[in-house]
Amino acid sequence: MSMQQDLAPTTGDEVIQNYTINFGPQHPAAHGVLRLVMELDGEIVERLDPHIGLLHRGTEKLIEYKTYLQALPYFDRLDYASPMAMEHSYVLAVEKLLDLEVPLRAQYLRVLFAELTRIKNHTLNIAHHIIDVGAMTPPLWLYEIREDIMAFYERASGARMHAAWFRPGGVHQDVPLKLLTDIAEWLDDRMPRLFEDAMSLVVDNRIFKQRNVDIAIVSKEDAIKWGFSGPMIRGAGIPWDIRKSQPYDVYDRMEFDIPVGTRGDCYDRFMVRVEEVRQSVRIMKQCLQQMPDGPVCSDDRKVAPPKRAEMKQSMEALIHHFKLYTEGFKVPAGSVYVATESPKGEFGVYLVADGSNRPYRCKIRPTAFSHLQAMDFMSRGHMLADTTAILGALDIVFGECDR
Amino acid sequence: MSHSAPHIQTPDGTVKAILKALGKYLVSIEETNHEVAVHIHRDALVECMIRLRDDCEYQQLMEIAGVDWPERDPRFEIVYCLLSLTKNHRIRVHLTTNDDEPVPSVTGIWPVAGWLEREVFDMYGVLFSGNADLRRILTDYGFSGHPQRKDFPLSGYVELRYSEEEKRVKYEPVQLAQDFRNFDFLSPWEGADYVLPGDEKSNEVATQQATPKTTDVAKQTGAGKDANKEAVKRTVRKPKVTGDKA
Repeated sequence: MSMQQDLAPTTGDEVIQNYTINFGPQHPAAHGVLRLVMELDGEIVERLDPHIGLLHRGTEKLIEYKTYLQALPYFDRLDYASPMAMEHSYVLAVEKLLDLEVPLRAQYLRVLFAELTRIKNHTLNIAHHIIDVGAMTPPLWLYEIREDIMAFYERASGARMHAAWFRPGGVHQDVPLKLLTDIAEWLDDRMPRLFEDAMSLVVDNRIFKQRNVDIAIVSKEDAIKWGFSGPMIRGAGIPWDIRKSQPYDVYDRMEFDIPVGTRGDCYDRFMVRVEEVRQSVRIMKQCLQQMPDGPVCSDDRKVAPPKRAEMKQSMEALIHHFKLYTEGFKVPAGSVYVATESPKGEFGVYLVADGSNRPYRCKIRPTAFSHLQAMDFMSRGHMLADTTAILGALDIVFGECDR
Repeated sequence: MSHSAPHIQTPDGTVKAILKALGKYLVSIEETNHEVAVHIHRDALVECMIRLRDDCEYQQLMEIAGVDWPERDPRFEIVYCLLSLTKNHRIRVHLTTNDDEPVPSVTGIWPVAGWLEREVFDMYGVLFSGNADLRRILTDYGFSGHPQRKDFPLSGYVELRYSEEEKRVKYEPVQLAQDFRNFDFLSPWEGADYVLPGDEKSNEVATQQATPKTTDVAKQTGAGKDANKEAVKRTVRKPKVTGDKA
């Protein structure tokens, strides 16, 4: 294109050339601190170079200097849109190295809250995707759902976002029964009402479809080559879900469907997430029905702290408590790669233990890395305004991408 | 299997198939913690990866992780995590390298490796030959050093602040108000080495005792006229002004 224009100047001796613009790092549609260096031919994107790392906090380095338990809260701060899903990979990796058994109730609670987190993440992403392409009302309604979920988070863990509730061996504290009944009621009535109302405004909306259908089509081959996972690979038509194929906790007892896209465009990725929210509701209902009573944390006192009440009576418990919160527990030497299906895709933790009380190396596999990298080829030939739709459908959070 | 991490069944004959596919390039293969780890030669990486992808059906490259082992000879370990969508299985491919010996890039097989290799380069300074775009990725523009190396301090070397006088953001050497506290939790029965601050000489004394110092004449003891003069010089000082000048 640019070559032709060089040869045929438009008016006078003025030559139109490709120009390069910065999208971000402070741009509301950049979903955080993303700097996109875009080379444009008119309004067509010719090349796109994402510059990341503006939110790099050295999480992996910090984790190497913390005990296994102290490292956990860093995971909440990775993908702050789905904190508990981040903790999930880490605690499973530690448990795998320890070969630690988790009580059944804790596994159900984890799945319940992991799915709650999935709804939390998807409502945020769906809302932002919608707002990026110009609609205003649905995001407001979806934020109602998010607000409810944060309240549930707070009732379970004491924190609205950074829960630090999943612990190696189970969960930190049991939830009150009223919280479970409230979640059940919410799933039956308020949540579907809000969600379906909001979705009724967009899924068949002509403007929304014009902005998303046939934008950034990704073939199955490309999705595999570029290391896609989660809704991105399912949007491309590959029915791959770690919850189904490599089940962890009690996902093998859950019945749910995996939505897949047919065309692999932005609209498909959006719709996959919409359907996943419905499936998450299904999983949560099953969790609530099946959840047994019992302990919520392992009774291995070398890993999980004793109950507060027990400490008042037992010297042994007091010593264990003191040792766990000062020295922490030791993890046998070895290395594991544990990946779970976080709302954004495969979130993996490659954990190397050297037998001490601190991780020797904790490599975090962010979902955003492979997805954002593919944005260059996905955006090529599309309009400048489409990049916001593409970025919205990627579902990127920079806490996780930059670590 | 008692833990509840993702259950991955290693299909029968996987190890055999990998052995057959990689042949002479293979250094060792092991299955620990229910995960298959393949160690290969660095130079044969691309060939091995193509065979693993095409013959053994590991279609996806999910992650490239670096690990720094300063005490080992090829210092860095690079770990490739592969996923097979068809066999529903994961393996890890390990290789070792130094900071001056480049690793062949796998961007030709999986384009996703581009950023993953950039990250390893940024964090460890490992070079990847064939990666056309080996820039830093996570650290700041103009950053120097490789932060994930074990000898890189946790605090880094520089800190950033906005200078009101110069009206710009500037770098300054890191100044910690309090020393970084690094506790050693090793049990004294398991070889913890406690060094009291200021007591570093306690070990030296032990070694010096092997060759005791002998004093035959008075001079060798350090006493005598010269020593007395020296002592007087040291004790007579000018009176110090103390307290507030006001």
